[in-house]
Amino acid sequence: MEQLLQQLINGLTIGSFYALIALGYTMVYGVLKLINFAHGDLFMLGAYIGLVTLMGFVVNVGMSASLLILLLIFLIVMAAIALAGVTLERVAYRPLYQAGRLPPVVSALGAAIFIQNAVMLLYGARYRTYPEEFKAIIPEVIWTVGGARISLLQVCMLVIAFALMAGLYFFVQYTRLGTAMRAVSLDHDTARLMGIDVFRIIVLVFIIGPALGAAGGVMVGLFYGRIYFTLGWGYGLKAFTSAILGGIGNIPGAMIGGLLLGVIEALATGFVSDAWKNAIAFVVLILILILRPTGLLGERVVEKL
Amino acid sequence: MKMIKSQLSRLQGLDERWRNLTIALVTLLFAPLVHLILGTGANRWLQVANFFFIYALLGLSLNIILGYAGLFQLGHAAFYAVGAYTTAILSTKLDIPILLLLPLSGVVAAIFAVLISRPILHLRGDYLCIVTIGFGEIVRIALRNDVSSLAFLGKIPGLSGFADRVSRLVITGGPNGIFGISRPGLFGFTLRQQWHYYFLFLAFVAFTIFAMRRLENSRLGRAWACIREDELAAEAMGIDTVQMKLLAFAVGAAWAGVTGSLYASWVTVIAPESFSFWESVIMFCIVVLGGTGSIPGVLVGTAGMVVLPELLREVLLNIQQWCMLLFGAAMVLMMVFRPQGLWPSRHMRLEVMTEKESQAPS
Repeated sequence: MEQLLQQLINGLTIGSFYALIALGYTMVYGVLKLINFAHGDLFMLGAYIGLVTLMGFVVNVGMSASLLILLLIFLIVMAAIALAGVTLERVAYRPLYQAGRLPPVVSALGAAIFIQNAVMLLYGARYRTYPEEFKAIIPEVIWTVGGARISLLQVCMLVIAFALMAGLYFFVQYTRLGTAMRAVSLDHDTARLMGIDVFRIIVLVFIIGPALGAAGGVMVGLFYGRIYFTLGWGYGLKAFTSAILGGIGNIPGAMIGGLLLGVIEALATGFVSDAWKNAIAFVVLILILILRPTGLLGERVVEKL
Repeated sequence: MKMIKSQLSRLQGLDERWRNLTIALVTLLFAPLVHLILGTGANRWLQVANFFFIYALLGLSLNIILGYAGLFQLGHAAFYAVGAYTTAILSTKLDIPILLLLPLSGVVAAIFAVLISRPILHLRGDYLCIVTIGFGEIVRIALRNDVSSLAFLGKIPGLSGFADRVSRLVITGGPNGIFGISRPGLFGFTLRQQWHYYFLFLAFVAFTIFAMRRLENSRLGRAWACIREDELAAEAMGIDTVQMKLLAFAVGAAWAGVTGSLYASWVTVIAPESFSFWESVIMFCIVVLGGTGSIPGVLVGTAGMVVLPELLREVLLNIQQWCMLLFGAAMVLMMVFRPQGLWPSRHMRLEVMTEKESQAPS
């Protein structure tokens, strides 16, 4: 029982990272029907930029670490990655909107290779660690709940992740821009007839999605303390799996899918075998898709490759 | 003389692009002469050429699933791995000659493909994509963990004896893989040198191209094209879409399995990491970069994905680490400037020009 609770807590923490990244996949897919395979690498770039700004603030300028600075770093990283996302859309995807389904996937994969190697050239092909000063911002407090341990850091991560997700949900459901976004994902032509600037919405999606992914990147860096330039590949795949699990194109679906995948993985690690956890996650995904071909919350759509 | 003339006139009957391709293949026959003249320095390029052939075969096999039948397959490395491991295990444990294992690996891969693809055939587009990625990863993880990692099953009551026996077994060799795979040979002659394999692979590629051309225009090929264009209409025309999709997976997997077998007997050492998601990505890019559904396209795409990085590495001697960066940029640029692929099939070319994606903004 204690172990179950512990694995649930661990699973929710890692699942909230997956969910944040999955939102980027699902939003882009919803609007463009495109799998943005470079999204995982934008997330990784976010983790690196987070590290760099952090060094700039704490180490070079000599400012003491505080919650305010942490917030500032989050904002800077999210803005930087949003810029990268918009650039990516302009360079690699926009010329291909008329080209069918497969060419943009290859373009995305090319962009992913590009970002990965650019980061490797800039920051080196070795693990980078988030400096100790940063850890001091959030004191190491560990509570014991029903025998399971949960740290303040974990609680903070969960709070930030859920705040971002709730913010996105309200934005999409209750603002004019959010409504426009939903309209575009239903039908481009009709949305245009309603006076919506479709390209502006696409750009908006490429701002919000990567920004959320970047926040996830900084959080992963903070939580695990170590980052590597191929980080985006694994997390990207997991997040994409989450998005599909929840029903791709569906925003609450991505959140649920991410949390569920995190929990499945943690349970697999705790109760079956660590070596098989990824395989088990995929087996569960495949079983769910066999029963519900469009994911947990996805709608039935007729599409063509 | 007369014979050459009649052969030439046959060549003239072909489409001009196909004629060029045939000429290119014949030219390749003489390429190893360079190696003999220049000595061992060219060995590296022979190796690159052999990799080119292996990936061309993989690309052609994926082209059946992705190009002809239009099924979003991004886990092709799984079938390649099944073929390679079938050969490796049977060759090292039971000493079965490679020549027998070649077809057998193809059959095993095809059976595997039918078993895993049957329950997922109803998935569409991107859902199929993630499931095939999933199968690819499951296969790789299973190979990496070997059966001994199944010892955790001992926790289940009644299975502890089984788990005990299993925990001592070594079948796939775990992360280290399998080494000492025997080489193909016939009548006492064993293939050893790079250029031996060069001719073997070239022959396979030539045969595959021939077979694919026949397949493309066969009843089966046309049925696949129908399904790709419009599944509903295909079904209405009396095509058994489930059967045809299964066949696409089976034939594609069989070919990938044979290629895996060839690869295993060439390098004689295989490890799970040779069949990672990245390999599936390369195969996918080969097909789409070259032009989905086009046989010459696959060859051009293979050159782009396999030979281009090597060339970049050669040219950028001082800044070799820039090679992959430029390669990624090149992939984006190639797609942006030639979305239909470098050498699209004529059929697909018409399609790209007339098709208007309903969801794409204009």
